[in-house]
Amino acid sequence: MDLTTVTGLTEALLAGNRRALARVISHIENNTDLARPLLAALYPHAGQAHIIGVTGSPGTGKSTLVNALTQVYRQQGLTVGIIAIDPTSPFSGGALLGDRVRMRDLAGDPGVFIRSMATRGSLGGLAQATADVIMVLDAAGFERIIIETVGVGQSEVEIASAAYTTVVVEAPGLGDEVQAIKAGVLEIADIFAVNKADREGVDRTVMALKMMLSLGVPEKFQVMHHGRMLPVEIPQARQDASAWTPPIIKTIATSGQGAKELVDAIENHRLYLEQSGGRLWRDRLRAATELRMILRDYLLENLLARTPPEALQAAIEAVARRDIDPYTAVQRLVEEVGVEVTAH
Amino acid sequence: MDRKVRVLVAKPGLDGHDRGAKVIARALRDAGYEVIYTGIRQTPAMIAEAALQEDVDVVGLSILSGAHMALVPRVIEELKKLGLEDVVILVGGIIPDEDVPALLEMGVAGVFGPGTLTSEIVETIENALGRQLA
Ligand code: B12
Ligand SMILES: Nc1nc2c(ncn2[C@@H]2O[C@H](COP(=O)(O)OP(=O)(O)OP(=O)(O)O)[C@@H](O)[C@H]2O)c(=O)[nH]1
Ligand SMILES: [Mg+2]
Repeated sequence: MDLTTVTGLTEALLAGNRRALARVISHIENNTDLARPLLAALYPHAGQAHIIGVTGSPGTGKSTLVNALTQVYRQQGLTVGIIAIDPTSPFSGGALLGDRVRMRDLAGDPGVFIRSMATRGSLGGLAQATADVIMVLDAAGFERIIIETVGVGQSEVEIASAAYTTVVVEAPGLGDEVQAIKAGVLEIADIFAVNKADREGVDRTVMALKMMLSLGVPEKFQVMHHGRMLPVEIPQARQDASAWTPPIIKTIATSGQGAKELVDAIENHRLYLEQSGGRLWRDRLRAATELRMILRDYLLENLLARTPPEALQAAIEAVARRDIDPYTAVQRLVEEVGVEVTAH
Repeated sequence: MDRKVRVLVAKPGLDGHDRGAKVIARALRDAGYEVIYTGIRQTPAMIAEAALQEDVDVVGLSILSGAHMALVPRVIEELKKLGLEDVVILVGGIIPDEDVPALLEMGVAGVFGPGTLTSEIVETIENALGRQLA
């Protein structure tokens, strides 16, 4: 078994070799020369898993909850792949990935695979790398894939578009309850978990959430992409998507209490998506996002590769001197080098 | 290409002294590495499996219990079982000087006690990886 070639890696991964799986993920993270051929080889084998996003403010108990959820799934005989994402330090480029500490109970189980990922470069890049790693775990045969991300911001919205079911984790005692429940979560939450239910103030957090939900769920899944609405036709399914009201589940992740109920809610949502056509709709949405992202990167790279550095430098200088506005500069650059598509 | 060196920091055995491991994890992050911290009470098999899943270049063991001469060979053995013989192994904590030669003999790339400078650890890692990549 040769773990240095695309064929060797692909065959070993599909045969369940964990070393090969780990290696393939590294190729994707590092964007090596093997990354694209590996993705192409594995893509046809993916598409079976249910993908679950778990997000929420730092310290709300996401990792502990992922640990508890996974144990429930394992009791049900389902295999679980986990991607735990933590931020890269903008100062050093390094990262401290500590989510495994809370997932100790899963060690030694061949039905579980945990991979920690740092955010590394740009947000868009992260969303793409995450989507690719999800696809790889899916191709490797994991039936449930759980992605843990910190916070609720633009990056989470993009990552959420990779998940079929997004669980937003809240916890009491994060200060002012309403304040703590950040704007934006309603758009991505399919389920709320109010964790640390053993602590004082749970009911206030639940109340705050109920209030927010009763104020009305905004139009779901109008995912903004770099300020622009995705130009996808999504007929039928939008109504179905708003017909789902996010349930609120109380959990105590440290003891596993509520984990079964949370898994039930996730599975209900999975069935709901399948029956309403929402899964297909999300697949299409994701495909649209992915294509846009890849196309943009591809065209940019392609154009920059053919732009003489002097021409680019001259344009930068001209814009900086205000001799020319940036739009006109771009227009001229593109006219100069032309648009050319070469096979890759 | 965006190659990052990945380091697993783990505490094998039953010792609960985790300050040093956390200090080192943070220092290595600040040195630009992606550090995966697994926490305390890890068995050698758990450490090897985590190293495999995370596809790390370096495994750093923090041991203050005095059980290093028993634990380190077992971690090395588990890593070998999974085909991870290329991983660079570092040991830190309370390690008497007289044990250091034996640990290096086992294949440990460096042993680091209290007061270690991050730069020394980084140098050991870079040298060990450089040798392997060459
Ligand atoms: C603080 C401390 C504790 C705290 C631990 C708190 C915690 N969460 O960490 C508490 C009070 C809980 C504790 C308890 C015990 N302790 Co105590 N403890 C210490 C003490 C005083 C300092 C350790 C420390 O935190 N140092 C600060 C950190 C930053 O330094 P460090 O861990 O050495 O790490 C540095 C280097 O070693 C190195 N390093 C460490 N790990 C790694 C890993 C890598 C990869 C690398 C590259 C480098 C590296 O870099 C770090 C930064 O420079 C030491 C004595 C000492 N001077 O070391 C005893 C000591 C470690 N404890 C000892 C003992 C015996 C115990 C107890 C068994 C006591 C008892 N009978 O109850 C219990 C056991 C607890 C348990 N469950 O394991 C003994 C161990 C004896 C031995 N090895 O033979 C020591 C040496 C004291 C002694 N002289 O007897 N302890
Ligand atoms: N009391 C209580 N503590 C909990 C519960 N769940 C998690 N914790 C604790 O909360 C702390 C943070 O838990 P994590 O699981 O690391 O939280 P996280 O959201 O993954 O944290 P980050 O990844 O750092 O954002 C830990 O000390 C946990 O033990 C719970 O249900 N009740
Ligand atoms: Mg976490």
